[in-house]
Formats: sequence, C-alpha cells, structure tokens
Amino acid sequence: MEARSTRLALAVWTGLVLLFLWFPLALIMVYAFNRSNVQSWPIPGFTTKWFRAAWDSQDVRDALWLSVRVALVATAAATVLGSAAAFGVARFRFFGRDVVSFLLVLPIALPGIVTGMALDSFYVAGHITVSMWTIVIGHATFCVVIVYNNVLARLRRSSPSLLEASADLGADGWQTFRFVVWPVLSTALVAGGLLAFALSFDEVVVTYFTAGAQNTLPLLIFGYIRLGQQLPIVNAIAFAMIALTVVPVALAQRLMRDTGVLSGRQGGVR
Amino acid sequence: MAASLDTAQGLSPSSKPGRPLRTARLRLSGLFWRHPWAKALLLLAPPLLAFALVYLASLAALFVSSFWTVNSFTTEIEHIWNVDNYKTLWEASAYRTIALRTIGIAAAVTIADAVLAFPLAYFMARIASTRTRTIVFVGVLLPLWSSYLVRVYIWRLILNHDGVLNWTLGKLGLPAANLAYSNWAVWLIFTYVWLPFMILPVFGALERIPHSYIEASRDLGARGWTTFRRVVLPLALPGVVAGSIFTFSLTLGDYVTPLLAGGSSSQFIGNVVYDSVGISNNVPFAAAFAAVPLCVMGVYLLIARRLGAFEAM
Repeated sequence: MEARSTRLALAVWTGLVLLFLWFPLALIMVYAFNRSNVQSWPIPGFTTKWFRAAWDSQDVRDALWLSVRVALVATAAATVLGSAAAFGVARFRFFGRDVVSFLLVLPIALPGIVTGMALDSFYVAGHITVSMWTIVIGHATFCVVIVYNNVLARLRRSSPSLLEASADLGADGWQTFRFVVWPVLSTALVAGGLLAFALSFDEVVVTYFTAGAQNTLPLLIFGYIRLGQQLPIVNAIAFAMIALTVVPVALAQRLMRDTGVLSGRQGGVR
Repeated sequence: MAASLDTAQGLSPSSKPGRPLRTARLRLSGLFWRHPWAKALLLLAPPLLAFALVYLASLAALFVSSFWTVNSFTTEIEHIWNVDNYKTLWEASAYRTIALRTIGIAAAVTIADAVLAFPLAYFMARIASTRTRTIVFVGVLLPLWSSYLVRVYIWRLILNHDGVLNWTLGKLGLPAANLAYSNWAVWLIFTYVWLPFMILPVFGALERIPHSYIEASRDLGARGWTTFRRVVLPLALPGVVAGSIFTFSLTLGDYVTPLLAGGSSSQFIGNVVYDSVGISNNVPFAAAFAAVPLCVMGVYLLIARRLGAFEAM
C-alpha cells in the first residue's frame, strides 16, 4: 500500500540501523584476537593467547563463580515469586490489582541508581553487612519482573475455561496443574528463567551498591576498563560473554516463538 | 469421566495407595474452589511480602536517610532530621548543572532512539515478510541482551583517537574526529545501548493496528501521509511513550557510561551518587541526590500512564 519508494527507503533505513546495532559487536569479536596489548586499529596480528590468560586468571575465575552462584539463586527465587505473583494477578480480581501490577514493574522502570541507592540505604540503615546474599536480594528484585511478565503474558493467552473443564472432568488441583496448566506454562517459565539469568549475570549498575568489595564478573571488568588494566583479557571475556548470551536468548526465543513474548526485559509483553 | 482421567494418569480408583491421597487432594481443591480468596492469598502473599519488605522498605530507607547527615569527624551517620542535603543540592550550582545535564542527555537519547526506531519498527510491522520480520526481530533482540558493559567498552575502542572511526576518516581523507571522552560520546553510546528498548514496544504498538483501520481511512479519501498522521501515529504513540520510559529512565540512572566514555564535564547524577558512596562514604547525601531521578521518573510515569503507555509495555 505504501509507495514503492517509501518501502525501499524504509528497508534501507532498517538495514542501516541493524548495521549500527551489529557493527560494534562484530568488532569486539576481532579485538578478542588482537596480538598486541595496545587496543588501536587496525590490529597488528592475531592470537588466541588472551583466552588462555583470561581462563587462567584467578580473579576472573572467582568473579565468574560468584556471578554464576548469584544468578542461579536469584533466578530460582525470581521464578518462584514471579510466577506466584503472575498467577495471583491473572486469575483473581481484587482491590488494588492495578497497583500491584504497577508496583511490581518499578524495579526495572525506575533508574538503576535509585534501586541501587535504595538498597544501599536499606542495608546501611538495617546494619546488614554485604555478602553474596545482599547481591542476590538486589538481583532477585528485578528478575522477578522478568518472570512475572513472561508468565503473566502466557496465562492471559490461555483460557480459564480449560481449568473449569479439567475440574468438571474430575481432576483435583494437582492434576489440573500437572496436565493442563504446566504444559501451557512450562516454556514461558523456562524462557523467563533464562532471561532472568542473563539479566542477573550482566547487571552492574545496581550490583555495585550491593556488593561491597566483592567482584562479580561485570564488576571486575568494569574495574579493569576504568583503570585501563588487563584490556586484552577484557576483550577475551567480552567475546565469551557475547557468544554466551546468544545461547540463552536464542533458546528463550525458540521457546516463546509462537507468542513473541521475548520483549520481557522491557516490562513487556504485548 | 473422572475414572477415565484417573486411569489415564495411572491413578485408577482401584489403586489403593493412591486413594487417601487423592481424596485429600480433591478436598483441598474443593476448598480452594469454594474460597478462591484463600488461593489468591496463598499465591500473592509471598511475592508481595518479599517485595514490600525489600523493595518498598528500601525506597523508604532511601527517602528517610536523605534527611540525615554524616558527621564529618566520625563519618558516622547522625540520625538528626534536617534538610541540609537538599539545601546543598539546591544552592550549589555544580549540582544543578549535573542534574540538568543528566535530564537533558536522557531526553536527547530518547528523541534519537525514537527517530531511529520508528521507521524500522514500521518496516517490521507493516512491510516485511514474516521471514524478514523474524530476522530483524532477532537482530534487534540479541544486541539488547548482550552484555551492557561490553557494548559501552567497544564504543570506547571505536571512538578513541587511534580507533576505527578515525582510521576510517583518515582513509577517506577527512580530518580526525575528537568524539572520545565527551558528552557527544555519552549521548551516542546511550542511544546505541538503549535503542532495542525503543524498537520493541513501538513495533508492538504498530503491529496491533488493525489493517481495516487503514483501509477505512483510504476509503474515506485520506492519502498515505494523512492516514499516517491521523491514524497510524496516534495509535503508535503509546508504544513510543512506553519505549521512552526505558530509554529515559535507564539513561537517568546510569553512571557507567559517563564514567567510562565521558569527559571531565560529563558527570551524571549517578556519578555523584557513586562517588558519595564509594569515595566519601556519605550515604545520606547520595540518597538525597538519588531522590532527584526518583521524583523525575515519578512525574514521567504519571504522564506516561495518561498517554496509555502501560497497555503498550
């Protein structure tokens, strides 16, 4: 319906914006193999030694291990709490329901510095010393939103009459859950969990305020970049992190394919 | 029918061990069926309680501690109510400049993202074939989820004086650009990292416009541009506002990009908060300054709600 020239112009625009989005990611893939430890362009030659160096670094290993543990625990907590909240909001009408769904989105709608600083004041006021758990609490707060959005979207698409039919056929609550709700829900839950993990693994703005002297992998890299240290190692880790995010996101995308609910991180679904 | 379901699930009525358990479960189901509020309470209480105890309590702590001060000799927090922090913020022109810079760059980033995103989202929603649309969708999604820190860092490599940008300019015979460590760099990088957050809700809003609306507009004699301006644009606006919540809020609350890619006059609110906590250990002052983006976002969210952005998220 649009004129041919308009369609062509829009297609070209789309191509250019995609190039803008992808060019820097492609570039870091090249820098990771930079032989020199000076990060100028063009790079003088190729090597794979920095991957070895990154893997052998004890600091990197410790930070990676902390990040993995935090992300696992935060994702588990977020999956339980987020799906419970989604069930409650999707299945029941109650006073203040809109307020609840508004409040739950706040941790990702408010600026990171607010969430980080709020948690910091909370820990200081409550005399809570930083540990892995203070990081977990911060991450779980915004990971809940991801799971909540994914599960809520799926529940809104599934008809409540399915549950009534199941009950009419004599199923108890557990059977209804296992054989009617779960098959509909499982992929949304897994996708939400994967995205929550990815978000937790990558977070830096809020984490700084909840970590004290501990280093998660992003905090470690942040420190390296800020001080201009270990940049070849940073390149190698950057390569690995980008390659690794492709896996959970591609998986989540497959799981949510027919529903297209992957915009979960930005509060949202449709 | 009940029996057939049972048999199907290996819980036939004759299987004795399953029986008492099943009766109990059926009774429980019946109880929840008769008292739906019990189930609602059971589902909602844990997440809401956790949320209130941690997040809302934290926001309250932020607010309360912004009215305290730090004793400059003992560096202990003194729980005496006063508005000194806010007075400092209001009176020192340096802090006013920082607040205005933060809000200004956040607004500029939001506008740039909307301009970049809209034609792409329109192409995805209304022109591209299903296959192309999937490719573009994934092409937008993967950068969104790849490491934020890495994406900021790459731009530093690109903009550096000996980076890709100046190398390309040199090859083209153009003078070198001095973008690195400036407000321009901060604006460009924020625009880059938050762009997918704008594309997705705009695409969602455009995709939901029924085709019949556009046909109706044409039948009524509107030309392409009039249809766009009077039908498509108003219906897409909630999507743009929803996207702007993220681009604006994420920029407002950041300190990483200004710290890594900005210059000496690129300080954001976040950087002052970051330094107050990390260097001078002045939590009350940091809390007071963090209350500024909180209030700005509060107003923004209220306006966005009016414009229907929450349905488009």
